[in-house]
Amino acid sequence: MSHILAYDFMRNAALAGTGIALAAGLAGYFVVLRNQVFTSDALGHVAFTSGLGALVGGVQLLAGVFGGTIAVGLGGRARGRDVAVGTVFAWVLGCGVLFLSLYSRGRSAAGGTAGVSLLFGSILGLRPAQAVTAAAAGVVISALLLLIARPLLFLSVDPDVAAARGVPATALSFGFLVLLGATVAEAVQAVGALLILGLLVMPAATAQRLTARPYLGLALSGVLAVLFVWAGLVLAFYLPYPASFLITTLAFAIYLVSRWGWLW
Amino acid sequence: MVDQPSWDLLADLQLLLEFHFMQNALLAGTLVALLAGATGYFIVLRGQSFAAHTLSQVGFPGAAAGILLHLSPVLGLIGFCVTAALGIGLRGRGLDAGWRGESAAVGGILAFALAVGLLFFSLYAGSVEAIYAFLFGSILGVTDRDVLVTALTAALALLALAVIGRPLIFASVDPEAAEARGVPVRALALAFLVLVALSVAVAVQIVGTLLVFALLVTPGAAAQRLTPRPGLGLGLSTVLSLLFVWSGLSVAYFSPLPVGFAVTTLAFGTYVLARAR
Repeated sequence: MSHILAYDFMRNAALAGTGIALAAGLAGYFVVLRNQVFTSDALGHVAFTSGLGALVGGVQLLAGVFGGTIAVGLGGRARGRDVAVGTVFAWVLGCGVLFLSLYSRGRSAAGGTAGVSLLFGSILGLRPAQAVTAAAAGVVISALLLLIARPLLFLSVDPDVAAARGVPATALSFGFLVLLGATVAEAVQAVGALLILGLLVMPAATAQRLTARPYLGLALSGVLAVLFVWAGLVLAFYLPYPASFLITTLAFAIYLVSRWGWLW
Repeated sequence: MVDQPSWDLLADLQLLLEFHFMQNALLAGTLVALLAGATGYFIVLRGQSFAAHTLSQVGFPGAAAGILLHLSPVLGLIGFCVTAALGIGLRGRGLDAGWRGESAAVGGILAFALAVGLLFFSLYAGSVEAIYAFLFGSILGVTDRDVLVTALTAALALLALAVIGRPLIFASVDPEAAEARGVPVRALALAFLVLVALSVAVAVQIVGTLLVFALLVTPGAAAQRLTPRPGLGLGLSTVLSLLFVWSGLSVAYFSPLPVGFAVTTLAFGTYVLARAR
């Protein structure tokens, strides 16, 4: 292990990956509980477009991703797989392509790589400052999630009773969407906009199959997400395959085992 | 850089058809639009837009596998999409019902499919442009053989759709009555999913995996908002689809705007207008 961590890029990846995975695992538990998988998918698409928009506009990339994702998380309560929502998000991605082509014009290779790393993640290519920011953001998001965990669990499991007992339903849903937007914006760096569901939803779904107890499930989801990222990074160090592919595949495989494990 | 368009439409058309790659793109695009418009109408009627979305994402590793194995990407697309459609159809429970109950599982499958596509592309070690072409569409990549495969696929699929069209409308609008009258509802549903898979597979060549929704679902949805009559709606959906593809390809040819952006913007605008009516 010390052999792997001797490299700068691996240390950065491990640092950022741990923070991001913890936040994704915790937020993902509520995503699955509240049936907001589609919302997260849509937020991932927005993160791609706003990230490229920031590159074109000259704003810092991460700031653009954060801003755009949180704004849409607040503005559009994306619900269901409605035709309208699908059409809007196809258009959002279409705008992303436009930004991509605007950005790549004049810069031969850089533009193309920027787009691919937004789509599929670039955890091994993080600079030290980016890694520290990502880890710090992950820790802050996780702490805030734990802070609102109790009322949010109550609200997610039984909205009517929670509202009757005086839980501030609107403010809480609102707050969770902001945290989810921030998590997605962070996770785009690790696994990319297209593979976000792998890190956000798979650990949580696995945890929910393994235990029905909410706090245990929440903790398990966070731990699993961190383990998937660590294992994915170690594998990516030795194998010639992309890190985000390995992380997503691991998460998916473990989920399948948790579902159908009892068959074997 | 090509010549600029003028208001002389005939001259513009000559410019458009000047190069072989553009002839291929326009020919394949027209076939794709005919099929997508017709299939899309039924997709919206049956509420299967999410199945179309899923199949298109499964198509991404298919295209990559096609390139990796030195086959045509469209063959890989057809193989992966049809297999996935059969898998979804034979599982019995509808995917759209499952989206609510098992959204986590479906989300996992989507992310995994895209990850496998990424793996294939990294194994192929091709240029970044190839990834973009199959995610967001391209007007450059359609070869002579792709046009031939597209033409055969579209002809077969449209023929099949014409044969099952009437019972399919019946089965979509009122499944119970259709079943009681002896319409093979299950078999029709499976056959239709395979047709959706074929439409997705050929459409990905033009607009890409991530933007297929705009070409396959939006025209049908807009048409259904504009007219309740099935025949007219089917025609309108096809016309809109053709319009999107032709304008998208022309914009991409004459300007540096990408074809995917042009098609999705048109689709979005049309849908907003149709809803506002």
